[in-house]
Amino acid sequence: MTSSIEHVDDRVMAILVTHERPPKASPVSATITHLWRGIMAFKHFPAQLIDIILLPAIFLLLFTYLFGGAFAGSPSQYLQFFLPGIAVQSVILMTVYTGTAINTDINKGVFDRFRTLPFWQPAAIAGNLVGDVLRYLIALTMTIGMGLALGFRPGGGILGVLAAMGVLIVFAFSVSWIFAAIGVVASVPERVSGTSMIVIYPLLFMSNIFVRPETMPSWMQVLVKVNPLSHAATASRALMHGTAGFWDVMWALIASLVITVVFAPLAVRLYRSKNTR
Amino acid sequence: MSSPPTLAIETSGLRKLFGQTKAVDGIDLRVPPGIVYSVLGPNGAGKSTLIRMLATLLRPDGGTATVFGHDVVRDSDAVRRRISVTGQYASVDDALTGLENLVLMGRLQGYTWPKARQRAGDLMDAFGLTHAAGRLVSTYSGGMRRRLDIAASIVVSPDLLFLDEPTTGLDPRSRNQVWDIVRALLAGGTTILLTTQYLDEADELADRIAVVDQGTVIAEGTTDELKASVGQVALHVRLRDPGQRDKAEDLLTQELGVPVHLEGDPAEMSARVEDNSRVLQALGALTRASIEPAEFSVTRPSLDEVFLTLTGHKADDQSAGDAGEEAAA
Repeated sequence: MTSSIEHVDDRVMAILVTHERPPKASPVSATITHLWRGIMAFKHFPAQLIDIILLPAIFLLLFTYLFGGAFAGSPSQYLQFFLPGIAVQSVILMTVYTGTAINTDINKGVFDRFRTLPFWQPAAIAGNLVGDVLRYLIALTMTIGMGLALGFRPGGGILGVLAAMGVLIVFAFSVSWIFAAIGVVASVPERVSGTSMIVIYPLLFMSNIFVRPETMPSWMQVLVKVNPLSHAATASRALMHGTAGFWDVMWALIASLVITVVFAPLAVRLYRSKNTR
Repeated sequence: MSSPPTLAIETSGLRKLFGQTKAVDGIDLRVPPGIVYSVLGPNGAGKSTLIRMLATLLRPDGGTATVFGHDVVRDSDAVRRRISVTGQYASVDDALTGLENLVLMGRLQGYTWPKARQRAGDLMDAFGLTHAAGRLVSTYSGGMRRRLDIAASIVVSPDLLFLDEPTTGLDPRSRNQVWDIVRALLAGGTTILLTTQYLDEADELADRIAVVDQGTVIAEGTTDELKASVGQVALHVRLRDPGQRDKAEDLLTQELGVPVHLEGDPAEMSARVEDNSRVLQALGALTRASIEPAEFSVTRPSLDEVFLTLTGHKADDQSAGDAGEEAAA
């Protein structure tokens, strides 16, 4: 180790003399780089997969056999109604991770380093969100695969199921902007998941995911009807069973668009002004 | 490359408030390019807040700051193209390997994938991290993390590098490695702004030093100038007979023309002297009065003593307004 001094000196010198300055990274290239970062981190911690796989599986099994008989006469009857709905829950629970990941980066000082680099800053958040699409894909594949094994028979066929997955991914992507915003303002990652669960669980249950709204009191039917999660579940159901009318799908897409238009700029603005006030 | 007259950093009346706390309270700095400039101060003095403003991470509440002539608020993109920051906490990504961290930095700086990979490999090699290139950063030792962090800061060689307490918490060997890296970067033409609470670090590396306490600069100059400001030399005398100390104190005060400080040990005393030649006269006077020193020493004051003299408290005194730094974190 006595020779390490000259060693470090010479090598660092040689590398410093270059003084080259590459052209600024384009927004697309910066986003792809952040996506790559997410994929690498995922690759190093495959344990995350357990969450993504187990959570949807547990809820699917639990609710199918717990409520199936009571709600629809039998678990397999209920599954035909319930599976497209629980698919919504599977991806929505994953969107919380977006906020937790962003908050962790901020707290650990990783984003401080990013912020001193001359690239298009929203890429740091956008890259995260695009990477999360992978999670949604895994969670959906898992949920639907298990559903098929338990006796779910989609009338819409493969195309219907794929279309439903597409709509749900678009929807989850838009919702993840909400949690990105929460992730930017929250003080610690634990608070992100805490706050998010308070928002998510009432919305999940106050929807048409688990039961048809017809038996609910009328005031609650109104709330269920405007809940964006209901629109997502309706679209998912209609597409998987091949009964989709134009508006069944359209409302889910409109909800996604509205959420994105409101929360994407908000998240980016909060991020840009974080700690610079 | 900028023309020589442009200052690397120039601030005027720079301020930052956190609630009622004046974290930075009117700082004026002029840092010429091509040197190591150290901002020295205890915890909570406002060092990190100052760096965060200069590095475009924090918006000042008052005053102006320019980096190579670019305003840090209005022209932050231009500033970002010239600087790099290494935080107190190594801001590398724990969830990636060391090599992946550097590839990430290279890509975000605009390198192509192959070029970013090559540059990352070169840097890992240069910083003695090749053996750990494929390991997750979470498994790195403190010293390795710090080196990786600095490597990440120079993926594109910056004209100005901010090193915020780069050796805090490091063992002596890792600290020496970081010092070597700083010297190498300087030789490569990078201006370095280094904050530290370690006086020996500033003494070792810095060409100029600003001593910061409670958000203001209380002294500024070269290391020698700062030391001179508290006297050229420190005379330390230990007597054989403690009973003679009062008499010796009178004699020394008279001969040296400065106040004599009585130490905790009843046989010891010390004084700061502007004029070296008076030391010999004073020792001669003691001998003529039959007061025998058991030992005496003449030393240049350490920066520790400089700090104590300037601030009235020691550099590692934690009680001095931690609120500012807390709020900045």
